[in-house]
Amino acid sequence: MAKSIDVSDLDIYYGDFLAVEGVNMHIKARSVTAFIGPSGCGKSTVLRSLNRMHEVIPGAHVQGKVTVDGQSLYDSAVDPVAVRRQIGMVFQRPNPFPTMSIYENVLAGNRLNSKKMKKTEADDIVERSLKGANLWNEVKDRLDKPGMGLSGGQQQRLCIARAIAVEPQVLLMDEPCSALDPISTSAIEDLIHELKSDYTIVIVTHNMQQAARVSDETGFFNLKAAGQPGHLVEFNATPKMFANPDNEATEAYISGRFG
Amino acid sequence: MTTAIREPEQQQELPARARTTRVGDAVFRRTALGAALLVVGLLAGVAIFLVIQGLPALDASGEQAYGKPSVWSYVGPLLFGTILSSALALVIVTPLAIGLALVISHYAPSKVAKPVGYLVDLLAAVPSVVFGLWGIAVLAPRMVPIFDWLNDWFGWIPLFAGPVSNSGRTLLTASVVLALMALPIVTAILREIFAQTPTTQQEAALALGATRWEMIRMAVLPYARSGMVAALLLGLGRALGETMAVAMVLSATGAIISFDVISSANSNTIAAAIANNYANAAGLKINVLIFAGLALFVLTFAVNFLGRYVATRGQVKA
Repeated sequence: MAKSIDVSDLDIYYGDFLAVEGVNMHIKARSVTAFIGPSGCGKSTVLRSLNRMHEVIPGAHVQGKVTVDGQSLYDSAVDPVAVRRQIGMVFQRPNPFPTMSIYENVLAGNRLNSKKMKKTEADDIVERSLKGANLWNEVKDRLDKPGMGLSGGQQQRLCIARAIAVEPQVLLMDEPCSALDPISTSAIEDLIHELKSDYTIVIVTHNMQQAARVSDETGFFNLKAAGQPGHLVEFNATPKMFANPDNEATEAYISGRFG
Repeated sequence: MTTAIREPEQQQELPARARTTRVGDAVFRRTALGAALLVVGLLAGVAIFLVIQGLPALDASGEQAYGKPSVWSYVGPLLFGTILSSALALVIVTPLAIGLALVISHYAPSKVAKPVGYLVDLLAAVPSVVFGLWGIAVLAPRMVPIFDWLNDWFGWIPLFAGPVSNSGRTLLTASVVLALMALPIVTAILREIFAQTPTTQQEAALALGATRWEMIRMAVLPYARSGMVAALLLGLGRALGETMAVAMVLSATGAIISFDVISSANSNTIAAAIANNYANAAGLKINVLIFAGLALFVLTFAVNFLGRYVATRGQVKA
């Protein structure tokens, strides 16, 4: 079910403002691709354009092409709702639904997709997804308790379970560990390693060690100057990015000599 | 009362210097305390007046109780009419206000949403006399065909048993006017509550592939649930106490209990009955009307408290 993504000449606008310019990249199936770069350089914007979530902001639109296994995401015939059902997303802050139990949180996406589900089928999905998110052992005795009662790290894994419950083709993660402590972060990173075998994962991170630890390929985004659109500076295999990048700006950013 | 208990504690905690130098704090604290006590005092004054002036009505009967054996059998039906008309108004206003508030907060582009929001707010500025005139002259005649239809199809429900009133000035017409009058406040509160739904919750639903309506059901409505109840109860409070529009629109039969809301035999409401009768009242009749006012006071008080209780109890932490 994992699929590759091709981005070609992608320009992303917020109204008239060009936020990101000329992005080209190929994201491999069953691999982890990390986006790094300074704040405001557009990496989250690019990530959100991969499942058309940026369109939630009024006036946001794109030019260029994004294809998932050859299927264009921005064809006029494509419904953004259908895109989002196939490309899951995990956000910066854990956002389980406050009024739902752990069980119902996991099933939230499935309930949208198919109205009727047998109890055993639902139980299976919940168990499989929570196991997939390494959360099953911690919550299996309190599935009917509210999701908000979990710790931050557990909540984030619950959100991952919710995202993978619908078996998406791609999983997008927008700084999934930035609100978590190191132990929870480590748990999520281990999980990303495991999920890689089934899913195509794209992760935005501010933590370069994290990018080096979890990703196979890395894209470095930067701004030419304040007020200018962001662009993709370099896209390479992660070991090469961190050892011997092609671009001087990448090296300056990675080695902390940025400015 | 609670302030008086807390005060010594706070003063002990504060270092002496802070207490003497911050004149502004002291002035503000006294002013705020004074304002709070004034409100409590006024409310207590009203309650005391209603009780003292209303209690003698318990002795009223016959002619003094407007032809009823006791004050209870006069006030009871009025209370019934008040609750029935307000409940109907609430039933009418709930879907309207929720739909309107959702359009303003989530559906319409901001270019449209803002003016619509202002217009709804302006509806609150229309005097109730104007609503009353509109209700008599415009709404009531146009309600008659609707009443006929309701009577034809739903006549088996006691509410629409008929016979249909010719003038259209029935309890249901009054309820429609009440609903329109409660609409601005309810919509304004709902709009604010819906707009406060955390973006993270809405994005969570959208990222799962929810349509906008599914997102609203998944994220917005659960988040707003307690606020919605509170908003509707505040609207109910508004409808319960409304006087002028009901007094004008409703062609009331007097203190009767009638579930039929489309016939010409209509229960009156407390506020409208007081307004209609007070000018001609004398002696114990005044006490009877004040006693009716006391009943309304207690009722609105209870509704408002219920609203506050639900609002604070059910708050969802994001």
